[in-house]
Amino acid sequence: MLTLQNISYKIKDNGKEKSILEDISFDFECGKNYVITGANGCGKSTLAQIIMGIIKPTTGKIIFNGKDITNSDITERAKLGLAYAMQQPIRLKGLSIQKMLEYASGTQLNTSGACDYLSKVGLCARDYMPRELNSTLSGGELKRIEIATVLARNATVNIFDEPEAGIDIWSFNGLVDIFKKSLKGNNLNIIISHQEKLFNSADEIVLIADGKIKANGCPNSILPIINGYNTCKRLGVE
Amino acid sequence: MEELDKELLLKVADLHEIPQGAYNIRKNGKLLGRNCVKGINITTKEDKPGIDIRVDENVVNQSVHIPVIVTEQNINDLVYNDFYIGKNSQILIVAGCGLHNPGSINNSHNGIHEFFIEEGAVVRYVEKHYAQGNQNVKKVLNPTTIIHLAQNSKFVMETIQIGGVSSSLRETYATLEDNASLEIKESILTDQEETATTKFTVDLNGKNSKVNIISRSIAKGNSSQQFISNVNGNNDARGHVECDAIVVDNGQVTSTPSLKNTNALAELSHEAYIGKIAGEQLVKLQTLGLTKKEAEEAILKAFLNQ
Repeated sequence: MLTLQNISYKIKDNGKEKSILEDISFDFECGKNYVITGANGCGKSTLAQIIMGIIKPTTGKIIFNGKDITNSDITERAKLGLAYAMQQPIRLKGLSIQKMLEYASGTQLNTSGACDYLSKVGLCARDYMPRELNSTLSGGELKRIEIATVLARNATVNIFDEPEAGIDIWSFNGLVDIFKKSLKGNNLNIIISHQEKLFNSADEIVLIADGKIKANGCPNSILPIINGYNTCKRLGVE
Repeated sequence: MEELDKELLLKVADLHEIPQGAYNIRKNGKLLGRNCVKGINITTKEDKPGIDIRVDENVVNQSVHIPVIVTEQNINDLVYNDFYIGKNSQILIVAGCGLHNPGSINNSHNGIHEFFIEEGAVVRYVEKHYAQGNQNVKKVLNPTTIIHLAQNSKFVMETIQIGGVSSSLRETYATLEDNASLEIKESILTDQEETATTKFTVDLNGKNSKVNIISRSIAKGNSSQQFISNVNGNNDARGHVECDAIVVDNGQVTSTPSLKNTNALAELSHEAYIGKIAGEQLVKLQTLGLTKKEAEEAILKAFLNQ
């Protein structure tokens, strides 16, 4: 469904070229939850942004549904069926949550329509629909609304960049439930996370380290590697 | 009414036809139509141009529309409108000026509105300003609003300047007695070479009086705006001022929110922000399928609450 071919991303850091991602190739299949994990700064959020078109890769190709979308911009990718939940959701003064969900779903929503999405993230549509995306909302509330906007898109590829960041304990179970229930056989979720509690919701875990895929597979096969890798890192052993 | 009149009335007073209830429509400096209803009387001033609007006590769920339209060039209109709102009345007042200048000579409208709000009365006052026509002639609108709020009264003021006005100076003065409340929401959009200045002076004289001023503005093109507010806490009172501006192109905004207390129990605060649309805000809406241009328009529209 979604294929990454030899994706690399380099930046200039104090005049020196620095590699963030190196030669990443991967096939994402429909009907699966993928968790991409790795240490802070390993490049996993960068990879999510490359898939959504927010960042252009230095080299490599992205194929979606048989179409090369490497040069497609964010809007084109959104229209083709990619959705993206930001790590740090933005505030938009004056824009109501209802309007945001309407942009996301492409339809006008009444309370029961909005409830379909907001109730999944534990928010009451009646209370939240008229509220603005401003500073009266907490970070946790914004994060839940961000996830609701992705659900409202009914997209083929849902990318969640650290969905658990800044939300309360309820959310872990709630999030796992969302990821499982949102799969319909013709779509897939890509979840960027280093929260072990979310690993169990994965059909496949992709471990990224130093800008490369170190390992991938089902949680049972990957979790020992992650633990071993973390131990090695702590001990300073390669 | 002519089509142009209807268009301007729709822009400034959301009127499709002659309004229900009390109204006074002024066109090119002359009276076009007037209607008084039980409890609401409108009379022409005898000493100077303008009208007196008198609302009796306990008149509720009524509205007064007083739009002004200017469709000819070289009209320089100055009116004094006074509003007397009786005890415990609840009234919606819609004012506004629609200006169409087809010619080559500048025109202007200066409206001076003074409100005397008696005890316990509640007024929602909506004022829209809009101008169109030849871009090379000046279309000037200078409204002044003076509000006297008696005990336990409430005044909600929504002012909207929706484009095309070459220059505007909006001045608002308010004094509040005990438990009086004033809410001001201002939206201004300027473009090209337009200039707009708004100035608020609020005296919180009464105990538990409160004011909340929210100003949102967008400065596009080479336009410039000035926001000045002076809130004086002269009693155990609360005041809050919020002025946010989005600049597009080379727009310029000066924001000067000033707070002063003469009473140690007063609590006053302000927030101010000037900046462009953040890149991440655009990205978010693009990920929902909007183009960059659509995203920008959506953000600006929402910001002005239109």
